[in-house]
Amino acid sequence: MSRRVELRNHPRELHHFRSRLAISGGFVLLLFFILFARFFYLQVSKGEHYHTLAEANRISIAPIVPNRGLIFDRNGEVLAHNYSAYTLEIVPSKVANLEALIDELSTVIEIGARDRKRFRKLMDESKRFESLPIRTRLSDVEVARLAATRYRFPGVEIKARLFRQYPRGESASHVVGYIGRINDKDLEQLEADDALANYRGSQYMGKIGIEQSYEKELHGITGFEEMETDAAGRVIRIISRTPPVPGNNLTLSLDAKLQDVAEKAFGDRRGALVAIEPSTGDVLAFVSKPGFDLNLFVDGIDSENWDLLNNSIDRPLNNRALRGLYPPGSTFKPFMALAGLELNKRGLQHAINDPGYFSLPGSKHRFRDWKVGGHGVVDLHKSLVVSCDTYYYALANDLGIDNIFNFISQFGLGQKTGIDIDGEVAGLLPSQEWKMRRHKQKWYAGDTISVGIGQGYNLTTPLQLAFATAVLATQGTAFRPHLVKKILNNNNEVVREIATKPLFTLNLNPANMEAVQNALVDVTRPGGTAALAGAGAAYTFAGKTGTSQVVGIKQGERYVEDKVQERHRDHALFITYAPVENPRIALSVLVENGGHGGAAAAPIARLVMDYYLLGKLPEDAAAEIVGQVAEEDEHD
Amino acid sequence: MIKPLPLWHYLTRYVDGLLLIGILLLMLTGLFTLYSATDANVIRVTNQALNMLVALGIMWLVANIPLQHIMRIALPIYVTGLLLLVGVALFGEINNGARRWLNIGVTRIQPSELMKIAVPLMMAWYFDKHEATLRLRDYAIATLLLLLPVVMILRQPDLGTALLIASSGFFVLFLTGLSWRIMAALFVAGVGSLPVIWSIMHNYQRRRVITLLDPTQDALGAGYHTIQSTIAIGSGGLLGKGWQQGTQAHLDFLPEKSTDFVFAVFSEEFGLIGNSLLLLLYLAVTARGMIIAANASTQFTRLIAGSITLTFSTYVFVNIGMVIGILPVVGVPLPLISYGGTSMVTMLLGFGILMSIQMHPKLVKT
Repeated sequence: MSRRVELRNHPRELHHFRSRLAISGGFVLLLFFILFARFFYLQVSKGEHYHTLAEANRISIAPIVPNRGLIFDRNGEVLAHNYSAYTLEIVPSKVANLEALIDELSTVIEIGARDRKRFRKLMDESKRFESLPIRTRLSDVEVARLAATRYRFPGVEIKARLFRQYPRGESASHVVGYIGRINDKDLEQLEADDALANYRGSQYMGKIGIEQSYEKELHGITGFEEMETDAAGRVIRIISRTPPVPGNNLTLSLDAKLQDVAEKAFGDRRGALVAIEPSTGDVLAFVSKPGFDLNLFVDGIDSENWDLLNNSIDRPLNNRALRGLYPPGSTFKPFMALAGLELNKRGLQHAINDPGYFSLPGSKHRFRDWKVGGHGVVDLHKSLVVSCDTYYYALANDLGIDNIFNFISQFGLGQKTGIDIDGEVAGLLPSQEWKMRRHKQKWYAGDTISVGIGQGYNLTTPLQLAFATAVLATQGTAFRPHLVKKILNNNNEVVREIATKPLFTLNLNPANMEAVQNALVDVTRPGGTAALAGAGAAYTFAGKTGTSQVVGIKQGERYVEDKVQERHRDHALFITYAPVENPRIALSVLVENGGHGGAAAAPIARLVMDYYLLGKLPEDAAAEIVGQVAEEDEHD
Repeated sequence: MIKPLPLWHYLTRYVDGLLLIGILLLMLTGLFTLYSATDANVIRVTNQALNMLVALGIMWLVANIPLQHIMRIALPIYVTGLLLLVGVALFGEINNGARRWLNIGVTRIQPSELMKIAVPLMMAWYFDKHEATLRLRDYAIATLLLLLPVVMILRQPDLGTALLIASSGFFVLFLTGLSWRIMAALFVAGVGSLPVIWSIMHNYQRRRVITLLDPTQDALGAGYHTIQSTIAIGSGGLLGKGWQQGTQAHLDFLPEKSTDFVFAVFSEEFGLIGNSLLLLLYLAVTARGMIIAANASTQFTRLIAGSITLTFSTYVFVNIGMVIGILPVVGVPLPLISYGGTSMVTMLLGFGILMSIQMHPKLVKT
């Protein structure tokens, strides 16, 4: 029985088996075809893509950071340079317990509380996995000690780095500016500018001043080393090397010695001074007092110093010359006088009788002159020499705000000068249109009156005043003020010179210019408001004093009792140019809460001009003049 | 005509020439690839060559054993293997979180390796016994014979080996003519049990599956292997980078480059052309195995030859599939090429059985 079944079943089973085997074979073929299809996809269709990935795996590109360009003054004096020093750096991503490591390190070299704080600040600012300095500028002894104990500290490196140094410290701090570590915000900006590739490996960039505005020139072009590395990051061989191109050097138009003289002339007082060469727009001196030591910022400022600077009532970080807004006060009057003459609202012979105030017709409100009882008969010449307010109240009324705005805006007031550092503010030359836009109010005739003496809505920066004064000095030809004169390559060959083509030329009547200039010269002579500062000058200079009212405590300042009195005082201003025959320097001086322009601001200008025109360093006698407070009837 | 030397005759009597040529070509490819993958490490290449010689010796020995003898020991081997698996579960050494090895005093053994041969042998033996009256019950018993060791190996855990043993058993079932309907039912049951399997899977196993679906999810961890091997293969292009010129391999971006991922080294250096030739070679060996199976005279020999051959190609598919990123990373070596003695011996033991089936006088069923 069973045998029969077996015989019957045998061929059927064999058939079964063979058909199943054939199916299996087909299936194997199918699977192998899937493999082949995948090979084709990876190796042919996507071959290029994977080739790129493999190359990216294999080749790593190490950036070579270029040396940052140097900054010189117009005479070759170094304002910013680099020096090589060792730093102790930690790669936070490689360290498990940072605190313990730093404690351990501090047994080998000194690591102060400030170093720790600064390190923590750097870590907060930087999300890139890179090494951050815990100590900079190590001494040779420290380097030797660390080198001997290095094995104890994985994730810690001693690196030779180039450091930025500002040999003149506080001098011209707002002009030169400083570099600082690249933070996340900078990275975003660099990415937006498509400059990120050039900053691979760079740790610092300019933050303010020339360092910032000429970052592109100073940084240089990053070099690259193409290396073949294995999976562990070990370098197998160097494939190619593109050397970096060092950043360009900058020669400023600034005269460092003149800057020193100007800064010293301020003493402890707060204020600003801008000196411009009228025929070129070269900025010769650019002072904002107080300044601050630039070197504090170079490898990340510690929080104590930062708080000190940032919270100081004197606001040393504020660039007063560029960003400080002050009513021009009576320094506005020369431009008003010129407007009166040019627009035929006033003649040279025309005179008024000054009762000591001005009232609009039909109004009882009195706009008072600074001199009680008035100046008597006042013509245009006298109005400038004695700084008569009443004359300008009436003139303003006769001109009207539209004329004032249209004429004086030609001198650049209320506009940015376009100087080559960032952060300039425009100031304000009021107009009907502005008031409607800003205050949604129409312009009243009464608004015009105080504008005439540089008060009211008027706001200017010391830089703008210096620019306008320079335009006055050239009889109407303006040059854009600039701090950088030449851009030089690493071999000090000139790459580019800042063009000194006129920005614009005003078509002004020479007779009118002369009349105003004569009056301004008399300002500095006996009887003028700046007679004291003009005494004994070996050259003829034109000037105008000014006093601007401090309305209250400015925002951002804290109430400090014993300072309040002083900080309520008026700001002292002075604009001037010299020598009048062929002006070589035009400048504006502002002394915060200095009181009278003739007494506080003009003597500073005199010291600066004496040095620049005569090479005369401030003598004791001159210094006394600066300190002296006018007791006579000189006023603004 | 020259009469062959007696020794030569003795040596080659039970050796299938075609199969041997295929095997030797693959081994040679393996040695060359290994030389490159190990950065010209002569010691390791020599080691592997010795492994191959030993394995070839074992193959020769097995080929000389008539199948009746092998059939006789199917049950004892299976039972021994099962007992050893129990031993592993109870006393096994834990290594990398898995309990796979058993220390038997003189040496450590991995019983799951033995089961790769023992399971198809046992199942083929069982079906041969019940050849005449195959009923559903027989399939159920055979399935049980299969599932018992598979589950135990899964619990070690060793997903790769378990899957391969399961498939070798499944091939036996399939070749006996298991009805399509049952297979369909099993398939549905299998798919249905996926959530259950997922829930009992170990975390690392789940991670492997997730990694397969999206390797970038864990680019530096579990996905790193697949990503780097895919880059290696893709960057090989049509012609490859040339022997010993693979950057992925030689700069250490490829993991496990002489063992499980050796194919990536080969593929990077020899490109699509090399891959295709290698596939053809594997296909040729598979074809020879199938011819042997088709010509086998008994149910037992047919089933065992078919299962061995199909398992061999499954190895190839699973290994390459994992290296090119279409299958999860399971520890399956590339047959005859990956570095390692154990799998080489197991593999050639199977080929020895194939040769024995082919070369010994066929028994005609009476």
